[in-house]
Amino acid sequence: MKRALAIMVGAALILLLATLTLVVMPYLQMSAEQVPPDLKPYTEQQQRGRQVYIANGCVYCHSQQPRDPSFAPGDKARGWGRPSVPGDYAYDEPHLLGTMRTGPDLFNIGARQPSIDWQLMHLYNPRAIIKGSIMPSYPFLFRHVDEPVEGDKVVNIPPPYGPESGKIVATEDALALAEYMLALDHTYPAPTLPTLPPKTDEPKENRAP
Amino acid sequence: MTPTIAILLIITFVLSTVGLLLLIWTIANNQFSHGQAAARTIFSPGEEGHSEDRARPADEPFTGDTSEQAQAIEARWTADQSSRTAVLTWLSSSVFWLLLGSFFGLASSIKMHLPEFLTASEFLTFGRIRPVHLNAVTYGWASMAGIGVALFLIPRLFKTSLVGGKYAVIGGFIWNIGLILGLSAITLGLSDGEEWLEFPWQVDLLFVVGGAMCAAPLLLTAANRNVEHLYVTSWYLMAALVWFPILFLIANLPFAFPGASGATVNWWFAHNVLGLWVTPIGIGIAYYMIPKILGRPIISYQLSLIGFWSLALFYSQVGIHHLIGGPIPTWLVTLSIVHSVMMSIPVITVAINHHGTMMGNFGRLKDSPTLRFVWIGALMYTVASLQGSMEALRSINVITHFTHYTVAHAHLGMYAFLSFILFGAVYFIMPRLTNWEWPWRKLISLHFWLVSIGILIYVVSLTVAGWKQGVALLDAAMPFMDIVKMTLPALQARTLGGALMTLGHLVFAFHFIAMLMRQGAATEQPTLFRPAIKENAQ
Repeated sequence: MKRALAIMVGAALILLLATLTLVVMPYLQMSAEQVPPDLKPYTEQQQRGRQVYIANGCVYCHSQQPRDPSFAPGDKARGWGRPSVPGDYAYDEPHLLGTMRTGPDLFNIGARQPSIDWQLMHLYNPRAIIKGSIMPSYPFLFRHVDEPVEGDKVVNIPPPYGPESGKIVATEDALALAEYMLALDHTYPAPTLPTLPPKTDEPKENRAP
Repeated sequence: MTPTIAILLIITFVLSTVGLLLLIWTIANNQFSHGQAAARTIFSPGEEGHSEDRARPADEPFTGDTSEQAQAIEARWTADQSSRTAVLTWLSSSVFWLLLGSFFGLASSIKMHLPEFLTASEFLTFGRIRPVHLNAVTYGWASMAGIGVALFLIPRLFKTSLVGGKYAVIGGFIWNIGLILGLSAITLGLSDGEEWLEFPWQVDLLFVVGGAMCAAPLLLTAANRNVEHLYVTSWYLMAALVWFPILFLIANLPFAFPGASGATVNWWFAHNVLGLWVTPIGIGIAYYMIPKILGRPIISYQLSLIGFWSLALFYSQVGIHHLIGGPIPTWLVTLSIVHSVMMSIPVITVAINHHGTMMGNFGRLKDSPTLRFVWIGALMYTVASLQGSMEALRSINVITHFTHYTVAHAHLGMYAFLSFILFGAVYFIMPRLTNWEWPWRKLISLHFWLVSIGILIYVVSLTVAGWKQGVALLDAAMPFMDIVKMTLPALQARTLGGALMTLGHLVFAFHFIAMLMRQGAATEQPTLFRPAIKENAQ
């Protein structure tokens, strides 16, 4: 039993070391990171939209982390924005950095497509706007009504993608999600970039070989 | 580079190096084991040289030449029977989750090239069925089958009966309830939102409890053991069962890690699920099955211990290579890249042992289903791991990150490596628990070819397309939609590969149920890929 115990304790200690280096130290360093003054907290509606984003798994096809142009030139050149810094995510819980780009990066989608009508139409059926898109359509985020009433947000869908009669109206969830998309605008200047002492001015070079 | 970063890196390297030197010293001084003698502990007295799968027609089943040897064989049969209920609970559940996970995976794959497929219901939208697929196959199939096999191996390795098997049965029920609740939560849109950690944290508690209930029989049986040496498989299994609950608990601490630091915890966990949970289980099983079926011990026992400790040291720190180029400190990324490359040490030591033991015995692959599945799995472990080390390099990662290439790599690891080994283990275990042979050899063959061709199509198509996608993404002159169109044929091929794999799982599940119901003819012969013609002719 002594040897079995030694193995298990040894294994646990090694994991403890990894937890210190990969969880505790980054947490201490990044939680001390300055929050960019231009970054606004989410409104209640945007936060609700963020939950819709999570519930429907947008993160499995879209990232929110443009890379440094000196490392991966395509990201900035495609208009996805400057490289992101930890402070940009100060209000993000959970994080939605993403690991897949089946669709484009969304870190600055609010700046690229600032029209809520565009966002809603695109959510109802992406192919109504972008030919050949493989993004799913989200009809369940919309209602099909014969006659919209006061306060309904009508989404005009170009034929043949819309219904033959009646109107398509956005639900609260769709509006919230679209508002969250518009809130994804990180075009303000990058504050401190991630290095320990703030005096160094060449962190960009440090972050990429 | 700032002094703080340099100091951090130096400390880690010094720690790793000292650890490794200490390990080499202890092994050189026989602190850990009695070397090659320990490699023989898995054989009962006199059994070495006899295959437990009797892959060759010439092999007689080994029943012992002396009464002492016969007693040892009898004791092993008793040990097998002692784990019967517990093992069957976990294995049967795992087969169910494999089927469910396969269908969700296949549907996700179809949606990638037919975006209007099943879009009407929010419960079947891509972003929900994809995590259902991942969680069902990871925590349902791979984890449950892995624990099931571990429960079978523990009494065998410790040469005693399983103590506290009922805790494992209860644990299995709790685990299943956790899966049902967790997968339902994802379907209802109540995901926690982080990859590999989608289950709401309240549900996660069930997995911690269920897992801990499996650790109980492990500890109780270990305390009761009748062997002096702990065979390397038990090292891996014990470590895995220690690691998983710690990992799962820390990563799921609610509201503890906001923002970008949440991403580091997320990927520290996600890669450790692979590295410190399913990998040790898979390697451990191969370390048992290959020598048992060949009837010869692994070629270097010392090497296997170096492999174990270096895996523990290096694999636990690789996770942040999933965030290369991301908004996190550079030293952290570098640390993970270094450890990813260092992973080639445990991988090569394991490869030498697994494949070196096979050397000169490849002919057995024609006969033994267990050996064929397990060895191909072990081979794919070598391939997937070396590929993974390469992918962690910045110059490669800048291309493969965010593409289908990574998806192909994940399936090479979780499927071609781990699932193949689990399939092989199930083919080995079931006859010994039920005292019944697999009813139809053709079904094993069919299962093998369906899943092999399926995963081959899957990995090749996505690897090629993913690489091209990654290169194209770096060049903004290529419009995004052109890249999407370029990958479409590969996404369709993936559906074909996935359909073949799903078909293979249906065959496997059918055979598994037939086995439980004792279909087919009673026989004393193990069901192998080829009938024992020579024996009949004699």
